[in-house]
Amino acid sequence: MSALPPYSSTAQITWYYAFRVICGLIFFFLIFPIIVIAPLSFNAENFFTFTPKMLALDPEGYSLKHYRDFFTNPDWQQALWNSVRIAPVATLLATAFGTLAAIGLSQSHVPFKSTIMAVLISPMIVPLIISAAGMYFFYSRIGLQGTYWGVVLAHAALGTPFVIITVTATLVGFDRSLTRAAANLGADPVRTFFKVQMPLILPGVVSGALFAFITSFDEVVVVLFLGSASQKTLPWQMFTGLREQISPTILAVATLMVAISIVLLTVLELLRRRSERLRGMSPG
Amino acid sequence: MSENRGAAVRYESVQKSYDGETLVVKNLNLDIARGEFLTMLGPSGSGKTTCLMMLAGFEPATHGEIFLNDRPINNVPPHKRGIGMVFQNYALFPHMTVAENLAFPLQVRGISKADQSSRVQRALDMVELGTFGSRRPAQLSGGQQQRVAVARALVFDPELVLMDEPLGALDKQLREQMQYEIKHIHENLGVTIVYVTHDQTEALTMSDRVAVFNDGVIQQLSTPDALYESPQNSFVAQFIGENNKLNGTVTSVEGTTCGVEVGTGIHLKADPVNISGVGSKTTLSLRPERVELQPEAPMENMVDGHIEELIYLGDHIRVRMNVAGNDEFVVKVRNRGQRRKIAEGETVKIGWAASDCKALDAVA
Ligand SMILES: Nc1ncnc2c1ncn2[C@@H]1O[C@H](COP(=O)(O)OP(=O)(O)OP(=O)(O)O)[C@@H](O)[C@H]1O
Ligand SMILES: [Mg+2]
Repeated sequence: MSALPPYSSTAQITWYYAFRVICGLIFFFLIFPIIVIAPLSFNAENFFTFTPKMLALDPEGYSLKHYRDFFTNPDWQQALWNSVRIAPVATLLATAFGTLAAIGLSQSHVPFKSTIMAVLISPMIVPLIISAAGMYFFYSRIGLQGTYWGVVLAHAALGTPFVIITVTATLVGFDRSLTRAAANLGADPVRTFFKVQMPLILPGVVSGALFAFITSFDEVVVVLFLGSASQKTLPWQMFTGLREQISPTILAVATLMVAISIVLLTVLELLRRRSERLRGMSPG
Repeated sequence: MSENRGAAVRYESVQKSYDGETLVVKNLNLDIARGEFLTMLGPSGSGKTTCLMMLAGFEPATHGEIFLNDRPINNVPPHKRGIGMVFQNYALFPHMTVAENLAFPLQVRGISKADQSSRVQRALDMVELGTFGSRRPAQLSGGQQQRVAVARALVFDPELVLMDEPLGALDKQLREQMQYEIKHIHENLGVTIVYVTHDQTEALTMSDRVAVFNDGVIQQLSTPDALYESPQNSFVAQFIGENNKLNGTVTSVEGTTCGVEVGTGIHLKADPVNISGVGSKTTLSLRPERVELQPEAPMENMVDGHIEELIYLGDHIRVRMNVAGNDEFVVKVRNRGQRRKIAEGETVKIGWAASDCKALDAVA
């Protein structure tokens, strides 16, 4: 935000400060609950509250025992393994389908574009519990319910809208004459796609993929409906953990997941900056 | 059809409609000879780009057939046509360096790495950008990008190169320099070039032949001098160069001259180019530099002109006068120094030869 110009009225000055306060409050409400779990996860006791020792910053109040529990407990390890097996495959499918759909929908000659678009991004808008219930009945019929591929496909369907939206956004800035130029220079459509179009829309594809990954990695409702015990993912395990054996291990897992999300987003931002620099769009 | 053999490009009764109703290109017939520099010239929206896009394969022709080296190409996809093209906005790949941009068509054709780099270098040297290979398009000026686009369109040795207003975004000086360079490249390489512009000076200075487009129809296809000296209709006369219009009625036709009455009682003699007979309306077209101010010897056409405005331009003086009710009548007077001074508000005699005055189709 720029500094206040000298001719500002009282109302403008008031708003200037009010705006900052409001932004601060929003950040506080969004971020504080997430931040607060990080120190709690190092609790030496099996409590969800700060112990007096912790507040006194006594090293004895802190320990890694919950992390140790996470990495040794077979339940958590199985859940981690399931998440790691499901999320990347779902991401891959969502990215491929979403990118193709976005490119298809960006062509001028496709009929009923907005209707198709609405249908494709509906998993993002329809309440999750409804999608989950619908998928449950549908997947039961075709024998996918309770299978690995059932969960993967369901997660892919949830992730696809993010990819469609981010790729569509990058395609808006994509110059169609570039694909024409590639064709004119002798490149067939496949080569044109991989050598010209793909590199230029890559930032959109990557951020869409990341959202799809996080969607699958954090998802609990659909997997509860569609998964069987052998597809128990991390969020599912956390959910049952919360209900059954309240253990701060959940906090350790949550902290790890937040850390993973932050790392992924940072990587994404670095990638995006790099690609913009490559395209000469920003001086940095 | 035998006389057409050897044409690099032939449009045969080509029509194009985008919406299925209005024809944007109406029955285009055009032969372009091998090695020719042909320019499509016309006002905005006259269908020039559309004609080029059909040739490059990005728009299907609604009707008719296009031939490339006597081979019909309506069913050949763009990437198999082997036509070079310079796009209006250059369309350089922003994620590749200049050298990679130029190597792209060579890669596609499976040319060896060593060959690629030598040909890329040769093409870059040709447009005097030899040391710019490792830059990205965004790091080049507009004129340099334009030259890269030209080099990329030529690097794979196409026989035919299309250019769609390639100089539109450049300033006047750079544009003139690039016109010269493109012309030079054309002469050296002997490629066929189809060039689109709406700048008539560009068309006249660069082309072997010019096709003047208006409203999806070629109004005239001829050499630059013929276009200027003997326009076939009022549109061409008006579009190419400066032109004085006088509206009148044909009163007589005798061989190579006709009589035309302009305004009330002014009888002029003209060259009947495009009139439908005695009694029909016509528009006379007359170049400003063909009019004599105060001629010493009597001329075929002599009328009074009232001087409205004098504009001093150094080598010549533009005299705007009112002739037969038209106050946009312009005469260019060469600055010879010793002439008697003329002044605004005077009425003077002006004259011109009948052969310099073309009787064309009437316009409002
Ligand atoms: N994709 C399209 N869909 C519908 N109409 C189009 C399309 N492209 C061009 N037109 C129409 O076709 C006509 C001719 O367009 P074209 O682009 O060929 O003109 P042009 O002679 O190249 O003009 P300019 O000098 O402005 O580039 C115009 O009336 C234009 O509105
Ligand atoms: Mg155009």
